[in-house]
Amino acid sequence: MKYTDYYAALGVERGASADEIRKAYRRLAQKYHPDVSKEPGAEAKFKDVAEAYQTLKDPEKRAAYDALGSQPQGEEFRPPPDWSRQHGGNGFEQPSFDDIDFADLFSRFGARGAQGARGGMPGQDFEVPAQISIEDAFHGTTLSLSLSMPEYDANGQLRRVPRTVKARIAAGAVDGQRLRLPGKGGKGFQGGRDGDLYLDISLKPHRLYRATGHDLYLDLPLSPSEAALGASLEIPTLAGAVTLKVPPGTSSGRKLRLSGRGLPNPRGGAGDLFAVAQIVVPGALSDAERESYQRLAENSSFEPRRHFRGDGT
Amino acid sequence: MSIETEVLWLDEHRVVSLRELVEISGLGEAELLELVHIGALQAQDNVSGGYSFSARVITAARTACRLRDDFELDTHGLGVALKLLERVHDLEKEIARLRAEMPGS
Repeated sequence: MKYTDYYAALGVERGASADEIRKAYRRLAQKYHPDVSKEPGAEAKFKDVAEAYQTLKDPEKRAAYDALGSQPQGEEFRPPPDWSRQHGGNGFEQPSFDDIDFADLFSRFGARGAQGARGGMPGQDFEVPAQISIEDAFHGTTLSLSLSMPEYDANGQLRRVPRTVKARIAAGAVDGQRLRLPGKGGKGFQGGRDGDLYLDISLKPHRLYRATGHDLYLDLPLSPSEAALGASLEIPTLAGAVTLKVPPGTSSGRKLRLSGRGLPNPRGGAGDLFAVAQIVVPGALSDAERESYQRLAENSSFEPRRHFRGDGT
Repeated sequence: MSIETEVLWLDEHRVVSLRELVEISGLGEAELLELVHIGALQAQDNVSGGYSFSARVITAARTACRLRDDFELDTHGLGVALKLLERVHDLEKEIARLRAEMPGS
C-alpha cells in the first residue's frame, strides 16, 4: 500500500495541536465539501481531507498513525511488525496488507462504538454517480457497476473486494434521479446490516434533445418561407419520426408541443417534446433568391420593429 | 460475482416510515423530528398519527447526516444549511429548465 501523509493533507505540522487540526479541517471542509462546493475535483479533495481528519482528530488513531513513522507521500509502504497487534483496533491481527487501502488501516478503530442495536458493525453506504444517455432514459437500461469495496472476512480481516452490481434502470429516469439499491453497499460485520448503494443519475448531453424533467426540447430550424407560410415537417423523436404541422406565421422562439413525445414517466404518462422554432437564412444567396427576397421586401408591409417607435405607453 | 439487484426509486411515490428513515439516513429520531419541526424536512400528512415521508426525503436526510458529521453542526445549524441547499437546488433546477428551453444552447 502507499503511504498517505495526513498532516500534509490538512496542511499542518506533525506536532499540531488538536485545535489546529480541527481549524485546518474546518477551513478545508468549507472549501471542498461536495454538498457545498462546486470546485472541480472538490469531492476527491474532501475525501482526502476527511480521511486525514478522521484519523488525526482521534487520539488513539493519531497515536497509531504516528507509530507508522513519517514517510514520503505516496511511497510504497508496510506497517512495522506488531503494529496491527498494538494498534489494529478490536484486537484483530491483520496478517496481510496486500488487499487494503491506507485508510482501511484505521477504519476498524470505531468498530466497538459503531455496533448497532442488532449487534455487529453496519456496512458502509456508497454513492455512485451514473451517467446514462437520453435514449437509455427513454428505453430503460441495465447498468453494470464495477466497485471495489472494503469488506471484513469471517476472520475479521479487512480486504478490498471487487464487486460487479447489475442494476436495471426502468424507463423514465430523469436528471437528478436518485436510486437506492438496498444491501448492495459494503458488507456488514458480525451481524451488522449490509450498507446500501445509491445511484445519482444524470443524463449525458444529446446532439438533438435537451431534457428538463420528463420534457424534451429540440431546436427546429425553419426557413423564412416555412415560418411565414407554414409547413408539414418530419421531426425526429425518441420513438421514431413524426409529422409536425408548423402553423403559418411562426416566429423564432415559438414552442410547438408534441404531446407525450418526451421521456416516459414510470408512474404513467410521458413528458412532452417541444420543438423550438428558429428561423435561419442561408449565409449566401443565389441570384434568384436575392431577387425573390428583394421583391418580397418591396411588396411587404410587415414592420417587425413597429414597437420601437413607441407611443409613450 | 454479478447480481442483478432490486432498485428503489427515491421519489414522491414511495413512502418510508420514521423508523426506516432513521435506519437509512444515520440521523437520530429526535434529530429528524426537530428538522421536521423547523421545516427543514417535510413529513407527509398521516392520519394514523405516525410520521411518514416521501422517499425523496431520504436524499435530504442523508445529506443532513453528512453535514452534521463533516461540519460538526447542531440541529439548528443543520436546518439552516438544509434550507439554503434546497434553495440552491431549486435555483439550479430552474436554470437547467431555462437553458433547456433556450434555442441553440
